[in-house]
Amino acid sequence: MRHPWHVLSRAIMLIALVTTWSFATLALAEVSDPGKDSTDPAAKTTEATPTDNEMAVAADAGTTGEESSDGETEEEETEYTDADFTDVQTVQASSDILRYGVDLEGGLPYFLDSWDGSGKLIGFEQEIIEEICRRLNRKPVPVQINWDKLIPGLERGLYDMACEGQEITPEHEAVVQFTVPYYVTGLQLCTHERHAEINSLADVEGKRVGVLKASLSYDLLAEMGNVDIATYDTEVNGFDDLINGRLDAVLFDQPVALYYGKPRESEGIRFIDEEIGAVKYGFVIDARQTDLLEKVNTILLDMRASGQLRAILERWGLWNAQTAREFGDPDVTPRAEPVMLNAWVEHSRPITGLRARFDRYVSFLPMMVRGALLTMEVSILAMLLAVALGFVLATIRVYAPWPLAMLSVLYIEIIRGTPVLIQLYFIFYGLPAIGIKLSPFIAGVVGLGLNYAAYEAENYRAGFAGVPHTQMEAALSLGMTRWQAIRHVIAPQAFRIVLPPVTNDFISLLKDSSLVSVITLVELTKTYGLLATKYYDYFGTGIMVAVIYLLLGLPFVRLARYTERKLAAHLPSTPNLRR
Amino acid sequence: MTGPAPQPLIEVSHLWKSYDGHPVLKDISFAIEEGDLVSIIGASGCGKTTLLRCLNGMEILDAGRVTIAGVTLERTAKGKRPDRNFHQKAHALRTEVGMVFQSLNLFPHMTVRENIMLAPMIVKKINRDEAEHTANQLLEKVGLLKHRDRYPYHLSGGQQQRAAIARALAMNPKVMLYDEPTSSLDPALVEEVLEVMRELDREGMTQIVVTHEMRFARNASDYIIFMERGEIVEISDEDEIFLDPKDERTRKFLGQFVGRDF
Repeated sequence: MRHPWHVLSRAIMLIALVTTWSFATLALAEVSDPGKDSTDPAAKTTEATPTDNEMAVAADAGTTGEESSDGETEEEETEYTDADFTDVQTVQASSDILRYGVDLEGGLPYFLDSWDGSGKLIGFEQEIIEEICRRLNRKPVPVQINWDKLIPGLERGLYDMACEGQEITPEHEAVVQFTVPYYVTGLQLCTHERHAEINSLADVEGKRVGVLKASLSYDLLAEMGNVDIATYDTEVNGFDDLINGRLDAVLFDQPVALYYGKPRESEGIRFIDEEIGAVKYGFVIDARQTDLLEKVNTILLDMRASGQLRAILERWGLWNAQTAREFGDPDVTPRAEPVMLNAWVEHSRPITGLRARFDRYVSFLPMMVRGALLTMEVSILAMLLAVALGFVLATIRVYAPWPLAMLSVLYIEIIRGTPVLIQLYFIFYGLPAIGIKLSPFIAGVVGLGLNYAAYEAENYRAGFAGVPHTQMEAALSLGMTRWQAIRHVIAPQAFRIVLPPVTNDFISLLKDSSLVSVITLVELTKTYGLLATKYYDYFGTGIMVAVIYLLLGLPFVRLARYTERKLAAHLPSTPNLRR
Repeated sequence: MTGPAPQPLIEVSHLWKSYDGHPVLKDISFAIEEGDLVSIIGASGCGKTTLLRCLNGMEILDAGRVTIAGVTLERTAKGKRPDRNFHQKAHALRTEVGMVFQSLNLFPHMTVRENIMLAPMIVKKINRDEAEHTANQLLEKVGLLKHRDRYPYHLSGGQQQRAAIARALAMNPKVMLYDEPTSSLDPALVEEVLEVMRELDREGMTQIVVTHEMRFARNASDYIIFMERGEIVEISDEDEIFLDPKDERTRKFLGQFVGRDF
């Protein structure tokens, strides 16, 4: 008859060893060739390091779009899915691919998953990129990253160019390298039907107006003085509040306003036809690749002259007077139907029927499952690291001589005393400064794991303290070494004591894993953000995500209870554990 | 007996030990020969438990020498931290010496038999089958074979102490030390533990018992060590010390037990 601990301890040790080993090898591998340029064409898709299945998917990312059918490229039409978006640090730079940074959250109409459910990446910038890639004979590889991290990511060498409405301003031009403008946008004022008095920007004086924070709109309204400005992170919330009556008007970038506002005209949104401001958009090219800048510029200028760019913009309903002037095109009136805009408006009309709503939620499931899987992977691996390292830290703190014990205390206090968010930023964006570049997945697991190790160490310390010291003496008197006594006598008893708090921490970690979205991973919470902003549905989607989190945690709670009960088999009576 | 006197199995000479400058053992010296059962008696706090722990290498001596079965633990440099060698010796000593404590400290997360098998398997690297075989024999000896798969918490105190003896015996010690093995037991359970010790004595095991069981001390011991305030006051034959103590202090201590049945 073998005590469950024997099996458990073997399993834990084995897993801990394997994880520690693989982290070590990975970290070393990544340190040894940071950003090494691969010029071997055959290596283009197989370069990815093997442990991270995210990378493998990314390596598979093929070309999308109808334009790539020119025959000379052999790749099949591969569809993008959200899982395709990853860190290109794992997809090495190569002259065969063009890596570009985008943020799918709020990416409409620049970049988004097609609403036809095909999982294809579409958007007006996506179409421009695809055409550029076709002419460069390079394969487009998108990289998901938070919008405000687009430029830092570019500087870190995660991709070759940053997209998605990068504004050409003198301030920006001083620090980054822009292409020629491919679009000139203005600002769009929208109000609600109940405000018949608002018919131009001048009318919003004394009104409450929603803008994106740190935007041109904000500066403009602030200059007007007498305007009550409300700032938002996403346009969806702004339109929601306009409809709910919390705002009198919103002032957003034109493309975004079109795509988030047009579908909601039925809810009372009213577009004001007025040309406000002009902002030029250009792609930002990696400063180290001046030849790429020249090539892209040549292509863009040709696309402008040939009308190809105009056709794309018209398809998306974005052709406007400002762009016409920039391109030197006298014809402001669109020549073609805005088919994409119309399709979008048709598609995203607020759903009323229960059945239709249900169908939409069902269609969310594949994305949610992908997000949930990543959440689980990150959480479980991080927890294994935390439990293994925490055990070592606690053992050192309790049983090692004082200089070592002090180091352990120091680690625990520093890690516990600083925010995990800062630790993640530090590991992902800070460490490359000293040559340690970790992929987002590894950085996320290591960051969360190192953080939680401090808490697990304290749990274990409490567990050690809960085992009578006479147990150690008994073990030593039998000729065991201290380590043998800890391993076979003390730790198994401590394990039972710490199981409930460790389970508690795992549930907590499961939710804290949403923090890794700041380092470009699309896990469950990020998925929620993507879907909610796309369909203006924070309510139903939110409940759905909450339920998934709950379901993810429950099996572990049950497993822990079961183990606890098994481990308590030797105790005289444990009524509170029998449940 | 003919021929040269046999080398004593246990030899303690000029042993000193203090806690925080407060002396607990003062210049202790004695020797015990193989096969003897020796009881150490004395009032609480007289240093007898500390003496026993020194014999097991559980305490760091201030000064003096302890030799058991050829392993010598020695310290001369007082005040300095003991070197690595001392700890190695202490560990070596423990493999020759088995100890049973006053507190019931079987490993609660293991069955009785697993308790007995653990140390032979991990310290002596004996394989599982062999360890199990030995454990069964020892459990038979202490009368617990039928309880082999039970957990300590499900046993009586007397059964737990018998299991603890079996656990110590599994390491094949040359000496067994007992620190008040029956003090935390129900009076009705004391005898079954003492009986196991008598049985071991008959088999020739060398044993040292710190005890308050005067009757056991008198009946079973080959001789008795009486301690007071960290010193050995008297070492005498078991009858002699009870009937005719040499020292006034011994007389006073034993006087407390006058009228009791031993």
